[in-house]
Amino acid sequence: MSLFGEVIGNGRAVLAKSGSFTLFTLRLLQVTPKALRRWRLIVDQVYNTGALSLVIIMLSGLFVGMVLGLQGYDLLQRFGSTESLGVASGLALLKELGPVVTALLFAGRAGTALTSEIGLMGATDQLSAMEMMAVDPVRRVCAPRFLGGVIAMPLLAGIFSMVGIFGAQLVGVTLMGVDAGQFWSQMRGAVELKDVNQGILKSCVFGFACSAIAVYEGYHALPTAEGVGRATTRTVVSSSVAVLVLDYMLTAVLL
Amino acid sequence: MTQTRATEIGTGLFALLGFAALFFLVTQITNRSIAWNEQSYRLTARFDNVGGLKVGAPVSMGGVTIGRVEAIDFDSADYKAVARLKIQQRFAKIPNDSDVAIFTAGLLGGQYVGITPGGSETYFRDGDQIELTQSAVVLENLISKFLFDKAGQEGAKKSEGVAK
Repeated sequence: MSLFGEVIGNGRAVLAKSGSFTLFTLRLLQVTPKALRRWRLIVDQVYNTGALSLVIIMLSGLFVGMVLGLQGYDLLQRFGSTESLGVASGLALLKELGPVVTALLFAGRAGTALTSEIGLMGATDQLSAMEMMAVDPVRRVCAPRFLGGVIAMPLLAGIFSMVGIFGAQLVGVTLMGVDAGQFWSQMRGAVELKDVNQGILKSCVFGFACSAIAVYEGYHALPTAEGVGRATTRTVVSSSVAVLVLDYMLTAVLL
Repeated sequence: MTQTRATEIGTGLFALLGFAALFFLVTQITNRSIAWNEQSYRLTARFDNVGGLKVGAPVSMGGVTIGRVEAIDFDSADYKAVARLKIQQRFAKIPNDSDVAIFTAGLLGGQYVGITPGGSETYFRDGDQIELTQSAVVLENLISKFLFDKAGQEGAKKSEGVAK
């Protein structure tokens, strides 16, 4: 009986949570046109979420690409088709690894910063003070951060994929001796604009999801040190799961 | 003031790098050279079997890619596959008795449409249909044909032996 009650209680909590998240996202979208007018705030957030994540994104992209080059070479040389390394690593980076790994890193690097910043603003009553001054905190604090994330994510994913392809080229061509001409020409022959668009679309969706989750968790964090810490953890967990689930759904639709 | 300057410069650099990366991916990694060329015309070809031909596959003449397969449709009136080919305008001088066939690039490569030029003095125009077509070679058919031939020969040998 108690187990049954717990299941029902948890079910209700999940429903309530997803409901409040949906409402909050709708509210974010509703204030977006007004927030867009104060573009300077958004530029600041693009800097915070995007430009400051650049180093980790480029470093990760380089190493993911290099691993792809190594693994891809090892796999392809069994079939005697190492010159397809360009196609394999290019498509893998553009369609999957670029958007997904960028989104996961984004959740860890920028999402947590957003959550703890907004959560701490709540804990130190800054948000209530804004409300008192008739300033909507969702519009002034949450929306610019959300939009900054949405703008930054596709750019970060593009940089990740580009650096990754150079990483794969570095290992495949320079280290393993795949012919550079074959590497690039096969890639150009097989990769279509559709594949690039698919990656960009994915990273836009991930940017939307990650930023919305981070801002939501920060805004709804309990106003205590512990509450902010928990909210930050929840941001990483929910963003990562959301990204992977959305990735499967998007791939199934777009493929 | 200096703080906002630094932020703006950082954001600008980031945005520039991001768009440069996207531009690089679109132009250097994909084969956009043909799709950007707006000057093109269309030809249709009817095949008994297009095999594994895909939309977007290259159309080549003498090994040079001159266009793409734009659409593949099925005509239920005469049970033929209709491929619409989009050819670049600068390759407009294709004799109208040229024949078209579906080839496979390498043993495992994708299929493409190859045009072998004829000797006519008049050229195809936009919307024309290529009459001389040769279907894709379906590997399974070849194998089964080969096996049937082999079995037939062996059967003939056996019956010869019985007759003796």
